[in-house]
Amino acid sequence: MERYFQEELECAPREKILALQNEKLLAQVKNVWENVPYYRAKMQEKNLTPDDIKSVDDLHKLPFLSKADLKAAYPYGLLARPLKDCVRIQSTSGTTGKRVVAFYTQHDIDVWEECCARAIVAAGGTNEDVCQVSYGYGLFTGGPGLNGGSHKVGCLTIPASSGNTERQIMFIMDLSATILCCTPSYAAYLGETMKEMGLTPEQIPLKAGIFGAEAWSEEMRRDIEKTLGIKAYDIYGLTEISGPGVSFECSEQHGMHINEDHFIAEIIDPDTGEVLPEGTQGELVFTSLDKEAFPLLRYRTRDICTLTREKCSCGRTHVRMTKPRGRSDDMLIIRGVNVFPSQIETVLLNNGYAANYQIIVDRVNNTDTFDINVEMTPDMFTDNVGEIQARRKVLEDGLRAMLGIKAKVTLVNPKTITRSEGKAVRVIDKRKI
Amino acid sequence: MSVNQVSVFLENKPGTLNKMTQALAKGGVNIRALSLADTNDFGIVRMIVNDVYEATSVLKEENFVATFTPVLIYAVSDETGSLDKILRAFTESEVNIEYMYAFAGKKNAYMIFRVTDTKKAEALLNGKGLKSLTQEEIAEV
Ligand SMILES: [Zn+2]
Repeated sequence: MERYFQEELECAPREKILALQNEKLLAQVKNVWENVPYYRAKMQEKNLTPDDIKSVDDLHKLPFLSKADLKAAYPYGLLARPLKDCVRIQSTSGTTGKRVVAFYTQHDIDVWEECCARAIVAAGGTNEDVCQVSYGYGLFTGGPGLNGGSHKVGCLTIPASSGNTERQIMFIMDLSATILCCTPSYAAYLGETMKEMGLTPEQIPLKAGIFGAEAWSEEMRRDIEKTLGIKAYDIYGLTEISGPGVSFECSEQHGMHINEDHFIAEIIDPDTGEVLPEGTQGELVFTSLDKEAFPLLRYRTRDICTLTREKCSCGRTHVRMTKPRGRSDDMLIIRGVNVFPSQIETVLLNNGYAANYQIIVDRVNNTDTFDINVEMTPDMFTDNVGEIQARRKVLEDGLRAMLGIKAKVTLVNPKTITRSEGKAVRVIDKRKI
Repeated sequence: MSVNQVSVFLENKPGTLNKMTQALAKGGVNIRALSLADTNDFGIVRMIVNDVYEATSVLKEENFVATFTPVLIYAVSDETGSLDKILRAFTESEVNIEYMYAFAGKKNAYMIFRVTDTKKAEALLNGKGLKSLTQEEIAEV
């Protein structure tokens, strides 16, 4: 039987959610107008006042926020509460060079942890469970978020944090951990290591895993489920909006329910900014309705996905999003297939290589060529030519499984990937289209 | 005693091998023997050098990936059948040779062997009166 952490909200009829969103949005717009001069100026540029926003239907009138705004307003420019009300920051490294620093009041942390608790309960968690949190703790939201959610559910929480694989496995086995929270690549690594140690899925006490914070494929999910003997659930979130738990998978394992009582999701055309109809692929945009300290309106995630309101058999009424395929501005279309560098990174790390690579795309005789230069590492080097070729084959197979198309891997010397202003050039697209 | 051979990864780009020899020359490393295993798109250089630690540290500075590999080195005198005698000893020991290469010393020629089980091969050949050279002896020949 499906269980919920907050059934009255998670399974509320659509009208009730909409009414809640309308009420919260109006209050949030007013809050931001009064307390965040940066956003007020953006609204004024569009000749908007809070009175122009009467319901969720007017949301599209509001200006977007993007990573560039976060950078421009760094560090305190988007803060809506005096520091005496704030109790924590979390931070993530930004691709634009500046770190993202997000602020939380105690209320913000409570809401965030409740969202994570919903994800844990949706994965079957109860207060009888032993929940091992192997996400990194600290500035990264993964550890603190799931840790808080696990407490709210009442699980016995093991704050293992990341790393020290031997100790991770010892806790799982000795304390009979039943739920594992970490990145999918670390789950895969733990699974492989336990298999090498001769542990069978039957011997491993885990029954569910909540994995997020990086791109992973269905194939990877099946592999992890098989080696660990669990059901693996996806979880999504971003520091700017709160952290993990913005959306999560239910027993259906088919799309992640967005916590619509706290966040409004839109899908837009990344080029024009126009809102797209349900079911269309586009860039995901979030408005946080409850955030007190760091309330972002219409924040562009750069994640590409689709939304569906199709009825879900789990009973939850919140809209579902597909697994994001990566960041919109990084996406490449090669032989008609969407390829995201983040997916390549995941496969490289899973196979023991460093995330130092360069994608070279060209078009020869009307067909795209797809080459990836990968830096050799001391770990992957051996004196045996056949062994190096075999390892490269494993990597190419892994890439094909993740991306759906074949790439040719060329091994290169370390630190030879072209750099521009200290940042590696990841993509060279020579196609003239 | 087995000797540490330096194995270096080489990407397939013009001038890479020369960049490596330059780095070694600059570091004052003398290459006694060198062999190149080549594929279409990468290679492995295998070398016997006078100073393995200096060699690996200058290579690392120049962004090469290098590792040590234990190899066995035997003197092959300029007589009929001397190489055959060594190879026969390997065959009788049932140890596989992964690869071999040679270099000329002041008096003798020397064969370098990479085998599947270095310790076993060394012990068995030692039993047949064939002594492999040590790192110090290599410097003298
Ligand atoms: Zn569902």
